[in-house]
Amino acid sequence: MNENLMINLSVIALFIPLIGFFFTVVLGKRIKSMYLFEILIISAVMIISALLAFFKLAYYTDAVFIAEFTWIKIQNLPVFGDFSFNLGVKLDNISVIMLFVVAAISTLVHYYSIAYMKGDKRYNRFFAYLGIFTFSMNGIVLTHNLLMMYIFWELVGLSSYLLIGFWYEKKSASDAAKKAFLVNRIGDMGMLAGILIVFFTFHTFTFDEIFGQVASGVLPFNSEFWLTMMGILLFCGAIGKSAQFPLHVWLPDAMEGPTPVSALIHAATMVAAGVYLTVRIFPIMTGDALLFVAVVGMLSAFIPATIALTQTDIKRVLAYSTVSQLGYMIMAIGVGSVVYGFFHLVTHAFFKAGLFLGSGSVIHGMHHEQEITQMGGLRKKMPVTYYTFLIFCLAISGVPFFSGFLSKDGILAATANFSIFTGHWLIPVAAFSVAILTAFYMFRLLILTFHGTPRNQHKYDHAHESPKFMIVPLVILALFSFFFIFSPNPISAENGWTLSSWLKVPNSVVPESARYSFLASAPADGSSGSLYTHEYVESSHHIHYYVLFGSLLLAGIGILFAYLFYQYRKLNADKLTGKITPLYTFSRNKWYFDELYQSTFVAGTMRLAGLLAWFDSTIVDGIVNLSASVTRIFSRISGAFDNYVVDGLVNLFATLSGMFGLILRRFQTGRVQVYLVFVLFSLIVLILTFA
Amino acid sequence: MQQLPYLSLITFLPVIGLILILFLPKKNDKQVKYIAIFFTGLQVVLAGILWNAYNYAAGGINDPKSFQFVEKFTWIQFWGGDWLGTVKIDYFLGIDGLSMPMVMLTALISFIAAISSWSINKSVKGYFALFLLLDTGMMGVFVALDFFLFYVFWELMLLPMYFLIGIWGGPRKEYAAIKFFIYTLLGSVFILLAIIGLYLSAKVPLGDGTQVFTFNMLELMNPKNYLQDGILSAVNPSNLRFLAFIALFVGFAIKIPMFPFHTWLPDAHVEAPTPISVILAGVLLKMGTYGILRINYPIFPDVTVSLVWWIALFGMINIIYGALCAMAQKDFKKLIAYSSVSHMGFVMLGMASLTTVGVAGAVLQMFNHGTITAMLFLIVGVLYDRTHTRGLDDFGGMANQMPVYTGFVTVAFFAAIGLPGLSGFISEAFVFLGGFSNGVTRVLTVISTLGILLGAGYMLWTLQRVFLGNLNEKWNALTDLDTREYVMFIPLTIIIILLGVYPSLMLDIMNSSVNSLVKFLTVAKTSYTSIGF
Amino acid sequence: MSIGLNHFLIVSGILFSLGIFAIVTRKNAIMVLMGIEFILNASNINFIAFSKFGNFGVQGEVIALFVIVLAACEAAIALAIVLNIYKQFTTVNVDEINNLKN
Repeated sequence: MNENLMINLSVIALFIPLIGFFFTVVLGKRIKSMYLFEILIISAVMIISALLAFFKLAYYTDAVFIAEFTWIKIQNLPVFGDFSFNLGVKLDNISVIMLFVVAAISTLVHYYSIAYMKGDKRYNRFFAYLGIFTFSMNGIVLTHNLLMMYIFWELVGLSSYLLIGFWYEKKSASDAAKKAFLVNRIGDMGMLAGILIVFFTFHTFTFDEIFGQVASGVLPFNSEFWLTMMGILLFCGAIGKSAQFPLHVWLPDAMEGPTPVSALIHAATMVAAGVYLTVRIFPIMTGDALLFVAVVGMLSAFIPATIALTQTDIKRVLAYSTVSQLGYMIMAIGVGSVVYGFFHLVTHAFFKAGLFLGSGSVIHGMHHEQEITQMGGLRKKMPVTYYTFLIFCLAISGVPFFSGFLSKDGILAATANFSIFTGHWLIPVAAFSVAILTAFYMFRLLILTFHGTPRNQHKYDHAHESPKFMIVPLVILALFSFFFIFSPNPISAENGWTLSSWLKVPNSVVPESARYSFLASAPADGSSGSLYTHEYVESSHHIHYYVLFGSLLLAGIGILFAYLFYQYRKLNADKLTGKITPLYTFSRNKWYFDELYQSTFVAGTMRLAGLLAWFDSTIVDGIVNLSASVTRIFSRISGAFDNYVVDGLVNLFATLSGMFGLILRRFQTGRVQVYLVFVLFSLIVLILTFA
Repeated sequence: MQQLPYLSLITFLPVIGLILILFLPKKNDKQVKYIAIFFTGLQVVLAGILWNAYNYAAGGINDPKSFQFVEKFTWIQFWGGDWLGTVKIDYFLGIDGLSMPMVMLTALISFIAAISSWSINKSVKGYFALFLLLDTGMMGVFVALDFFLFYVFWELMLLPMYFLIGIWGGPRKEYAAIKFFIYTLLGSVFILLAIIGLYLSAKVPLGDGTQVFTFNMLELMNPKNYLQDGILSAVNPSNLRFLAFIALFVGFAIKIPMFPFHTWLPDAHVEAPTPISVILAGVLLKMGTYGILRINYPIFPDVTVSLVWWIALFGMINIIYGALCAMAQKDFKKLIAYSSVSHMGFVMLGMASLTTVGVAGAVLQMFNHGTITAMLFLIVGVLYDRTHTRGLDDFGGMANQMPVYTGFVTVAFFAAIGLPGLSGFISEAFVFLGGFSNGVTRVLTVISTLGILLGAGYMLWTLQRVFLGNLNEKWNALTDLDTREYVMFIPLTIIIILLGVYPSLMLDIMNSSVNSLVKFLTVAKTSYTSIGF
Repeated sequence: MSIGLNHFLIVSGILFSLGIFAIVTRKNAIMVLMGIEFILNASNINFIAFSKFGNFGVQGEVIALFVIVLAACEAAIALAIVLNIYKQFTTVNVDEINNLKN
């Protein structure tokens, strides 16, 4: 397998889902089993991605393959000659791993959906939408430039919109779809602004060229401040897409979509695109920008974790946990540990997709019941679902031997190390407390759903294990949640193949004065060196052991409390909530974010819109109509003038002539004799006058 | 080889159709419609021929030699007394990269509108006669290079429009038609004033060596032709030039329509029959921005350069104000009308950037907005034909009742939102890229990005209110699209997708002209130094 | 004193004046006709008087004879008209006869 073949295969993997989308949409009405076409395509994508990932990682570990073509060419620009908008693909380790993750989960979700969506009246349409999602997601993963990233960024937004609103007859579904698109657009505006700065400064969108230019000292507006701003603005896209604070509100609502969609798009892949973008632009992020990223990640990890504690909808708990975990990844990148951020993305993708598919299996088995207050004791009815769910819970809680521990432990260590180097102690504190909370609410969910006695006997009696098509993906995902996929050492991933040889990120290219002190420049000879300074690496080795035990302890505490509260009933959750009612309602109502945004931004915009519409129809148009009325009044005045003055004069002359006529008429008697008298009289007068 | 007078042909073809229609007996409605569709279709074919023969490298703008398909001969010539000298008006047609996309757009939209007019049943003969006359007027505006001729076409298109709205319109048609007519006429008066001022300010040599005043736009772009003491002289610029620029600009701005001159648009759109709305939004609005690019920019480069911030400001106001107004509308058609206001703001913003990318984005946006909005109005028309209502709250759940229709709607809506892969994205992105590259318009551009959020807001809200949710039981007898409607939607959809995926089709046409224009203005920036503002 | 031209002219003038007077004042059509006869005869007297006292030969007398003949014709026609008028209107009062067609 050579370079050309790999590029070609990646392009095929990119475009065949689009072909699948078109055919399935057009023919879906006519051909009942059109979805099989889509299944076929996703399987092909899966195989191609696996091949690509295998060959890339096994044979070309250090190579980066780029292929591009000119999409739009603007010639002879007055300032800088020809300009090309290039589109292209870039195959490095990160993109092939991501491509594989997307394809693998996508394929599993496709298979899962065959059973889950059975009987839906838009069955084929569903698979078509999954196809366009796969296309757009692959585009994000494979692109080598920001513009193309933005294009596919918007396209995943579209597929997310279509899939969240898949059951659009429900008002809540169409609302959620709209909300998701619009909230994402807010982030995209920031990203667009960042892209504008990039274009203006570097005249290119290609990542590597941007990095090269920054490394050689080209800065936006010649200031490090604007480099920071550029980074933050680009990161805004990630805030929207990865549902980070303060734009996290759309993701829980997005659970209105079918559960396989939640698993694929709103847990594993699309929401991780924000993290992927942040990984991609990491080399040009200044220290200040990264600190911003870290703080956003910290808040997004902490706030949803507290909300998840009190939710009772199984999918919502998982949604908040997704936001929280994405916050972890973002935070990891923010503290400079970009590798662990991406690693957590990968491990999280598998176990979170598993959790969602598991919850889908429960919902399917319980005949579309999502409230955990109606569940309980399902362990016996759905054993496979239960055991896989347990594995995913252990993974997300950070228990050793599972994948989540490897990545989470690394992130916790990085935050601790970060606070040592920079003094920001709040970040590790938040990170560690989120670890407790995560373990607690995940096991709360597990216990309330599967353990104990059924709370709704009727529903329990009708519950059943899901069909094979749904079970098999769960088992496969559970397999991917064990440590041995990623590292031979169950306690630390540091020397495993994933981290030591696969995950390679370019060094920071930001001027030294603006970057974190512990980030190292790339070696001058062009070889790939460490991302960090020597001191940082030393310290991280040192701190790792403390963190290891700390995180073990925290996960244990969280799980222990979950058992004490919900399994053994040693502690009474209701009593506790009674004592801290304000905190409970605050968390239960999701910190009132929706209400806050609704009453400020949404209502404000609507009111402004109403006001402007009124202004438009009353004032602006009023002035137009007023000027028309004024003209009409003037015309009436001039009409009156014309009528009475100008025409009056004319009529006066006519009247006078008439009067003269009346007088003269008297003489015209019609009697010859009278005329004769006049004649004589006149004759006499004439004679008298002239004689 | 003697070249065919393509431009005259494409301009006056509809007139031939018009004459044919006038000779037909009154009751032959079908034949009248076929003739109109045939002749507008022929126009599309001619536009295709023009495109095929078009030389992409020629710049145009102020260089008469690089205009294409030029036809030039003396139209009117008489002795105007000692003071005026010989009055000479040329019949001067030609196209460059600015007008070529507009010619194609006009041909296409007229054709689609003619098909869409099939449902007109009231005095068909008169309708199509006026329609074809309108077509000629529009095409003429885009190909004329003589100021006088330009003005003639400009006015020619007003009259049929007035009758088309005033006779075939909705309940308040008289009000809307009169408002449209008077508003536009007001603009024309300003334009005429500026034209006369320019006419009296520049002289060019006639064949026999005498100097005469000129209406030739290209000659007026050359500062050397101006008289030393001409009122609008570029040699010795005075503040009158500034005033003349404003007069011309206002005349064109009314047509765009630019805030605060936009209020005729919602009324005209709401009252006009569907095909006329399509033409109004698809072609007529473009005349405003085309006029500014073709006339204001190269004739008054000095003033333009000093006023770009203001143009961008009004562009920004249009974008945000139009979007917010659209959000508050209850009438489907009015909403689309306000969205036009918003989208034309992008054109102004791009023009103001004075960069190749921005101006190319503006011209591309003119074309894209023409196709997208035409489609949006057709969409409203389809619904209105079936239900006779346009209230956004009267619908719901149309996606289940009319799935194919909803498919087209989704394409058009997302194109209007600026989704990548559809044509609207490229032009908006170019406008933003260009606007940001110019320091003068940078801040305004950043504020304008709010438009893409608001645009998505009202479009998706509309999509939800009309098409999603449960079906309103009233409408469970509605049928999906028929063949004629397919014929209207499919070409537009193809163009929208094609230009989204491969925008170079359009961008390459305008590239050299936009370059010439930007270069011309950049040069002007340095050469007009004595101007006082 | 001898009878001279003046005396004739005076008689003729009186006669003429009487004729005019009759035409202007009389309402009866026949009286008006008679006034006309008076005027004609006044002119006859003048013709003859000028013929007698002037150097004209017999031309005056000849014209007088013509006038007499004309007067006779005129009287005949006029009386016939008056007769018809009377038949139509049962009056010969000229003030009341103001229609050309009854």
